[in-house]
Amino acid sequence: MDTHPRKLLVIIAEAALERSLVADARRLGAQGYTVHDVRGGGRHGTREGDWEADRSIEMKVIATEAVAEAIARHVLATYCADYSVTMFLADAQVLRPEKFS
Amino acid sequence: MVARSGYTARELRTAPNALLPDPLVLFFLLGLAARLLRSDLKVPEALYEALALYLLLAIGLKGGVELASHPLDGLGAQVAGSLALGFATPVVAFAVLRFAGRLPVADSASIAGHYGSVSVVTFAVATGWLASRGIAHEPYMALFVALLEVPGILVGIALARLHAPGRVAWGRLAHEVFLGKGIVLLIGGLAIGWAAGPERFTALKPLFVDLFKGVLAIFLLEMGLVVASQLRDLRRGGAFLPAFAIAAPVAFGAAGAWAGTALGFSVGGAAILATLAASASYIAAPTAMRIAIPEASPALSLTAALGITFPFNIIVGIPLYHRIAAAAAA
Repeated sequence: MDTHPRKLLVIIAEAALERSLVADARRLGAQGYTVHDVRGGGRHGTREGDWEADRSIEMKVIATEAVAEAIARHVLATYCADYSVTMFLADAQVLRPEKFS
Repeated sequence: MVARSGYTARELRTAPNALLPDPLVLFFLLGLAARLLRSDLKVPEALYEALALYLLLAIGLKGGVELASHPLDGLGAQVAGSLALGFATPVVAFAVLRFAGRLPVADSASIAGHYGSVSVVTFAVATGWLASRGIAHEPYMALFVALLEVPGILVGIALARLHAPGRVAWGRLAHEVFLGKGIVLLIGGLAIGWAAGPERFTALKPLFVDLFKGVLAIFLLEMGLVVASQLRDLRRGGAFLPAFAIAAPVAFGAAGAWAGTALGFSVGGAAILATLAASASYIAAPTAMRIAIPEASPALSLTAALGITFPFNIIVGIPLYHRIAAAAAA
């Protein structure tokens, strides 16, 4: 089977950032994205997602390395100082490369 | 012999539970205790959303129906006076937090925004408290919930940006503030209730009026769970913030009771306006503040507004504001 290398960018952040993150990812070249509601904890405590101000989301974007890194750099510079954000990149293999420019 | 609540000793023997708090408050305490004791009790997020939607819509609808069927003499002055109160309280709160509490500008402004806005659930508990004691109030008070939700948030953001100019996406923010679910459902409910009028509303009454207190009870159970989680952050701060979270509602409540009386509200109406002035938002304000003042710590404002002021208001505050309103009227 023909596969094509891409990057999977995963951003876990406060739900308040969802709209901004989606708009930024689109603007920086992502063709698509997926968002889940999630809960979890870290060094600064837990976010249970019981109510509005306690919610977290996980956003996934599959894109070329250049686009994924541009989004990651933008998120680091714009949001990481003030918001709870966890972010990582992983290698992914896609079957239809035209969907993930 | 008359006991402290005004019950005679004989009444207390026949109804010993008369001294316990309202059932609504007991639901809240049940949720609080369950979370503090690490019970696995959880209200599903979708149900929480659905209950919040129901409460906001029901409050709007009831207010709208009453607006349609009552003469509105003096409403203009009451609206203007309440708005003035809504713009004044966050400015006072900011000054106290910044200069007495020596908190950073961003945190002072964010907390001031929470206290300037209002809590819909505290309002619902206050109307229930008055109704169960047969105390009348202007039936269109829901209008003031909608009016007072926004000014505090706007003032909080403006205060933060006056001191530390930063980029604020005002368009996006206005969208968030004026088209948040709270405002949409309250204003939408008011409009639908007003358009329906008392007679055509009869068909909707079983759902939106008769079931209201039961739904509010389940919502308060969930609020107990949420408040208990919030109390964990309390240990980190100093003594100033807890003191503020109790002094601010008392001071704003007294100001609201006095202003309500001066604006011609009944004792019950003034007590509700006082409760609104004393309450702090934890639905609309946190979201708006998180976007507009990212450098402010949400833990500070939520611990104060939700962890301390909300329980204080529903247990101690509401009866207190009613007393102040009665004293102001006399």
